[in-house]
Amino acid sequence: MERYEIRLSGSGGQGLLLGGIILAEGAISDGKNSVQTQSYGPEARGGASKSEVIISSEEIDFPKVRNCDILLSLTQKAYEKYGSGLKEDGILIVDSSVSAIKSGNIKIYSVPILDTAIKELGKPMVTNIVALGVLVEITKVISNEALEKAVLDRVPKGTEDLNRKALTKGYELARNLI
Amino acid sequence: MKSRVRLMQGNEACVEGAIAAGMRFYAGYPITPSTEIAELSAEKLPLVGGRFMQMEDEIGGMAAIIGASLAGAKSMTATSGPGFSLKQENIGYATIAEVPCVIVNVQRGGPSTGMPTSPAQGEIMQARWGTHGDHPVIALTPSSVRETFDLTIKAFNMAEKYRTPVILLMDEVIGHMREKVQLPDPSELEIVERKRPDCSSEEYLPYKADYDLVPPMADFGTGYRYHVTGLVHDETGFPSNNAEVADKLIRRLSNKIEMHRDEIESWEEENTEDAEIIILSYGCVARASKSAMNILRSKGIKVGTFRPISIWPFPERRLRELSLRVKTIVVPEMNLGQLVLEVERICGCNTIIEKLNKVSCEIIYPEEIVRKIEEVL
Repeated sequence: MERYEIRLSGSGGQGLLLGGIILAEGAISDGKNSVQTQSYGPEARGGASKSEVIISSEEIDFPKVRNCDILLSLTQKAYEKYGSGLKEDGILIVDSSVSAIKSGNIKIYSVPILDTAIKELGKPMVTNIVALGVLVEITKVISNEALEKAVLDRVPKGTEDLNRKALTKGYELARNLI
Repeated sequence: MKSRVRLMQGNEACVEGAIAAGMRFYAGYPITPSTEIAELSAEKLPLVGGRFMQMEDEIGGMAAIIGASLAGAKSMTATSGPGFSLKQENIGYATIAEVPCVIVNVQRGGPSTGMPTSPAQGEIMQARWGTHGDHPVIALTPSSVRETFDLTIKAFNMAEKYRTPVILLMDEVIGHMREKVQLPDPSELEIVERKRPDCSSEEYLPYKADYDLVPPMADFGTGYRYHVTGLVHDETGFPSNNAEVADKLIRRLSNKIEMHRDEIESWEEENTEDAEIIILSYGCVARASKSAMNILRSKGIKVGTFRPISIWPFPERRLRELSLRVKTIVVPEMNLGQLVLEVERICGCNTIIEKLNKVSCEIIYPEEIVRKIEEVL
């Protein structure tokens, strides 16, 4: 059985909830089952927020992620809160600003996701899309075609080119590492 | 045709189901974790000729759907614990005045404002006895996004058929989770409309019940004038202090649900044929129970699951049957033990009943259920 549990974590407002939805929708267009759940505090911005996705070729009963196969942390706070939930042989993708501790057989990828969105693309709002490009290129949990389709189905009209560019940047960042 | 397979949120499925069932009026006061139901109703109702009203408070929301329903519109409100408490008085009013309506409660941690963004199952008994006086209740509880769609339709159908408020008892996990669903084609859906009078307005007695104990209901504004009250009333709808009238009304209200129990009760069971242990759970916890059952079955332990879908009325007869042949029934709940009281009442003499309770406002994990069962084996 092919099953991935993925946790996207960061600060509220970074678009990771939408990121989780896009990933889950991409999995469906790949013909798989997916469940997306979220957890957030009462605050609308800031804090540590997480969005969780389970992708499986089989029916998904329990909807929440426990020990995840893949963890994305865009902030130090989110890494510290959710880092321990990663499996021993899991994949950890962090923004370069996060200092992560190597343990077990965890594979760590440190990627300048925030800087790329802010400095290279000039739009912090595409942070989540750059992150998805990185995550999918490294892990292949869904196909690149499904990701692209899911992104374009969800983003506001008129921002398609920007988001395509953000995805491409994400892919490039990942390819430089693997 | 656009594919009906898509990722959908539980709260969204509730609105889709409501509109498919014929909801044309929504009133409420947005509250986490039910807010998406209000937002999407505001967005979608005008597109089908319906109306959305944001009210000044929860009580007003409940009052408005009663009014709209009396005027003939299928109506719904959605809330969470604090609002559910506030609505209770008017839920009682809808019950005695026999006004069809649907009340959704997406449960979060309580009491009071509790934990707004976290799940709980604390309103099992409030759904049954939250409003005062003897009264019937129908409360349905979904454990998936697709089932939220189906049960919302069922809630409307039962409200219409029995002229009673119906409660859809969700929880934060089911309300907020998104999963893959395939919605049925609208032509496949069974939609029930309330009985309307077939006599003239002069002959109409608004609370004279038919053989099914449900009186036909005229829409306000169509010439059928009648009196609606929360007081005990006779067949004309006017208040009465007559003991016989009171006894007859309260018994009829209760019996109109009791006599249709077979149609209303629903549940799902899995692997109960050879089960020695049954996990009885509902809502999001039922999904943990299913995982736990699979883990335990793989270890050779004969476990089955029983999931009441109609919490009220509880599927009593079936559970009693099952209880005669199992060793233990384990009841995991995200409260300190509410539905287990009903389970104990029904089959406490037949089998051992074990509780597993969690009030940390987190879902119960499959491993916790597995551990509990391994302990009691």
